[in-house]
Amino acid sequence: MFLTLVRRVVYTIPILFGVSLVCFALVHIAPGDPLSSVLPPDASVDLQRMLRTIYGFDRSYPEQFGLWLWRAVQGDLGTSIASGRPVTLEVMKAVANTLRLAVVATAIGFFFGSLFGFVAGYFRDSLVDKAASGLAVLGVSVPHYWLGMVLVIVFSSQLGWLPATGAGPGGSDEWAWDWEHFSHMLLPALTMSVIPMGIVARTVRALVADILSQDFVTGLRAKGLTEVGVFRHVVKNAAPTALAVMGLQLGYLLGGSILIETVFSWPGTGFLLNSAIFQRDLPLLQGTILVLALFFVVLNLAVDVLQSALDPRVQRS
Amino acid sequence: MAVGAEVPALDATVPTTPVAGYWTSVWRRLRRDPVAIAAALVLIAIVLMAIFAPYVAPADPYRSSMLRRLRPMGTPGFPLGSDELGRDMLTRLIYGARLSLFMGVTPVVLAFGIGSAIGIFAGYLGGRINTLVMRTIDVFYAFPSVLLAVALSGALGAGLGNAMLSLTIVFIPPIARVAEAVTTQMRSRDFVEAARASGAGALTIIRVHILGNVLGPIFVYATSLISVSMILASGLSFLGLGTRPPDPEWGLMLNTLRTAIYVQPWVAALPGLMIFITSISFNMLSDGLRSAMDVKQ
Repeated sequence: MFLTLVRRVVYTIPILFGVSLVCFALVHIAPGDPLSSVLPPDASVDLQRMLRTIYGFDRSYPEQFGLWLWRAVQGDLGTSIASGRPVTLEVMKAVANTLRLAVVATAIGFFFGSLFGFVAGYFRDSLVDKAASGLAVLGVSVPHYWLGMVLVIVFSSQLGWLPATGAGPGGSDEWAWDWEHFSHMLLPALTMSVIPMGIVARTVRALVADILSQDFVTGLRAKGLTEVGVFRHVVKNAAPTALAVMGLQLGYLLGGSILIETVFSWPGTGFLLNSAIFQRDLPLLQGTILVLALFFVVLNLAVDVLQSALDPRVQRS
Repeated sequence: MAVGAEVPALDATVPTTPVAGYWTSVWRRLRRDPVAIAAALVLIAIVLMAIFAPYVAPADPYRSSMLRRLRPMGTPGFPLGSDELGRDMLTRLIYGARLSLFMGVTPVVLAFGIGSAIGIFAGYLGGRINTLVMRTIDVFYAFPSVLLAVALSGALGAGLGNAMLSLTIVFIPPIARVAEAVTTQMRSRDFVEAARASGAGALTIIRVHILGNVLGPIFVYATSLISVSMILASGLSFLGLGTRPPDPEWGLMLNTLRTAIYVQPWVAALPGLMIFITSISFNMLSDGLRSAMDVKQ
């Protein structure tokens, strides 16, 4: 077990290196001068040179990368060109907001997804199964940004039950345990939960159907175990894979929330990414993508380790 | 078997009617799948609509009218209402199929070509080259697809070409990974060993023995990506990273109509419905194709 853990962690290091290289390269495939958004058009040559030195754009690429990576390891992702504030600070604040949304969405998606998946897997080829499978296909095919708009139309514009945009009353972007904040989160979280719901339902259905067709289930029933007892065995066997899928989905939602956050003006990483792109704030763009990718890699690692801890059959080579 | 050993005579009663080919049997199975056929018909209708847009559409997609903005559905002359610049929604939805389909399908086609090539060569060659290629691909797997698409097209700058380039880059790693996996399986099969032993070169073996066996599964996988690609391509336009106004494209239309959801909510939601219908049809056709071709997921 310990060896597996060490091997997985060691294997992650080159990936982390590759990821940071990609994030660094992103800025340099961008056309145009990275400073063009801060420099006034009539900036003197001296001012240009000075800013170039401050941001380190005057050095060679390997040197810049080394320096950027060294600082990033220490938690310094540079300064946002647009706001002048440390990138790390801005990203962490946004990550907290996105994480909150993604966790709630994953929880909703996992709950309903496994519910549908279990029912469909238990009653294969029944009407319930067809409905659940249809729902799963809908979940992965729907453009979620459009679903968000439709929910806003129904619950905000037509019924007036829930707020349409923002994370809290009066543009508040911090969390508080009250109904106002909760109601702001409801629509985006529900929209977001559709993706993991479909995928979890699909996975759980296949898992349950597979487990039920195995010999040991017949054995358990022959032994006289009640259906509830059999169900416990099914859950135990399906849980590791289902949880792994859930973990990966959380990662996807964290990185893929940009469209939903745009629809709901949610002050998270997607929103940050959006403004970084349109203000051509390259350090902020680089930093946000790096942090999100790191989250994803670490989450993958955690899922892998957890899965092999829960399920001794998973033996990684 | 030793040379000259007795070979049993072939049975004289071999069926003389030509045996149906693989694709014929796939088609026969697919034809019995009502869901897949319905999806295929919907897609054919959308493609025809896109091709013949100038003949089908009732109006000019660019002609705006300040006086007839945001009309409801069923207004005379505007069967599906009008948009925020007074352009006919029905016309723009029909024309929108052109760009949306083009933006959604092209990246998958390109990634299918490039990704299969990378995966098949890496899988066939094996060894260090394989390790190197697959580790590089792992790095791209560390980015959720939406994030990678947005980051790339954001860095490259808004535009139709850049958006499609980003999506192509997003889809190459997963296709290459599938291609590598099926090729590696195929490489150790006896007939490949036999071809190698008889002196065939790598390219010949890949062309004659590998391609025909691996392209099917890779193709099925690629078709399952089209629906994601449609959603992402329109999503990039929705964010302002794809096509530019005034071009009719479903994602972009959804974006420009966002402010109208309090005035004409259902007109504003129409472009998204088109994306949804197209994407779900691609998904269902791909599912049907998968079971008709008997490819394991």
